[in-house]
Amino acid sequence: MSALLDHLPEVWQGLVVTLQMTAASFAGAAVAGLVIVAMRVGPVPVLRAVATVYVETLQNLPLLVLLVLAVFGLPEIGLKAGLTTTAVVVIALYEGAYIAEALRSGVNAVSAGQGEAARALGLTFGQSLRHVVLPQALRTVVQPIGNIFIALTMNTSLAAAVGVVELTAAANRVNLLEARPIPVFVGAGLAYAAIAACAGFVTGRLERRLAVAR
Amino acid sequence: MIRARGLNKWFGDHHVLHDVDLDVARGEVVVVIGPSGSGKSTLCRCLNRLEPADSGEILVDGVPVPEEGRALARLRADVGMVFQNFNLFQHKTVLENVMLAPMKVRGVSRAEAERTAHELLARVGIAEQAGKQPARLSGGQQQRAAIARALAMRPKVMLFDEPTSALDPEMVGEVLDVMTGLAADGMTMVVVTHEMGFARRAADRVVFMDGGRIVETGEPNAFFDSPRTDRARDFLAKVLTH
Repeated sequence: MSALLDHLPEVWQGLVVTLQMTAASFAGAAVAGLVIVAMRVGPVPVLRAVATVYVETLQNLPLLVLLVLAVFGLPEIGLKAGLTTTAVVVIALYEGAYIAEALRSGVNAVSAGQGEAARALGLTFGQSLRHVVLPQALRTVVQPIGNIFIALTMNTSLAAAVGVVELTAAANRVNLLEARPIPVFVGAGLAYAAIAACAGFVTGRLERRLAVAR
Repeated sequence: MIRARGLNKWFGDHHVLHDVDLDVARGEVVVVIGPSGSGKSTLCRCLNRLEPADSGEILVDGVPVPEEGRALARLRADVGMVFQNFNLFQHKTVLENVMLAPMKVRGVSRAEAERTAHELLARVGIAEQAGKQPARLSGGQQQRAAIARALAMRPKVMLFDEPTSALDPEMVGEVLDVMTGLAADGMTMVVVTHEMGFARRAADRVVFMDGGRIVETGEPNAFFDSPRTDRARDFLAKVLTH
């Protein structure tokens, strides 16, 4: 355990980067997911097609491939951004596809009559989605979105492979100095588990609080 | 107020509406009856384009019903609709259900929307249910809330798509009473229903549909006492004997 404690500042710094990446990419993924699902269930055929292609493409490629492609490929076409920023954007877009799919299953679970009633009252498609359908859809997919949040947290560790010094990379560096893999990586693993446990706690509370009588 | 000409609608190979013409004058109450599958609900849903007709023309208050987008939403704001399954917004209270559209569509202030909503809920007799979620109400109360929600938009015409078909028998009366009151106040109404008593009492005109066509139309007493077509006679014999 002393291997870890001796390097607490570096590991702590890695954990902070992981938390920042998780928060930023989840926020981005939520926005991307909302936009994509609105396009996908909307009435405009072109937007539906674009959203479908987006989801199918991103879900069918490994995140690591996307990260490597973005980090090494984008500068070649003149798009330069910080390493962490690039990783956050890629993770956000990737997880956004999953959030869009979770939301879409939620939208499908809302009875068609809800949207019909909203439209019959004169709400536009966007208004009925925003005020009637999505609020109800969200309530049914709190748990799946919590799972996506946890997966996203774990996926930030892939950024280590393209040079971002987050928790996994920081732990790896400590291990290179101390050669004590078990305490070092068990420590890092516990930190990830703690984040996941918090997410589970929050989704559980949210689910109970948002429960709607049907 | 409503003028429909040559409406045709197919569901796959099934020809649900067959060259249907319908006129509804301002203040008129038209009750559409007919056997299940006769196309009466589809006709009702076509009038505000919840179900787009495959051909034909619909004018509401002299304006052709737009195909889509904001123009269609504006038209729907003037056409109230009440559904068989109420379709109250499950995540909002009864009061919020009534307030939503006036605020978002008409731009009415929250305070005014709330005042109007309380008035309307009192008018349909469920003032004390305002703060509850829809699922806590009985079917009859839910349907009355749905009528209040539609009225909050101050519609020019109200469409009722089998408003009492999903209700327990003892709750049918309270909903029909509200509708009868509306009719008496001069609201223009199209009512698809199986309630023959209501048709006879409140309708200015009865439209009898079968097989996607309007078979017979007439003043209620004349229609119920001496239907002109065999099909209507046959239908009435079946529904009025028990």
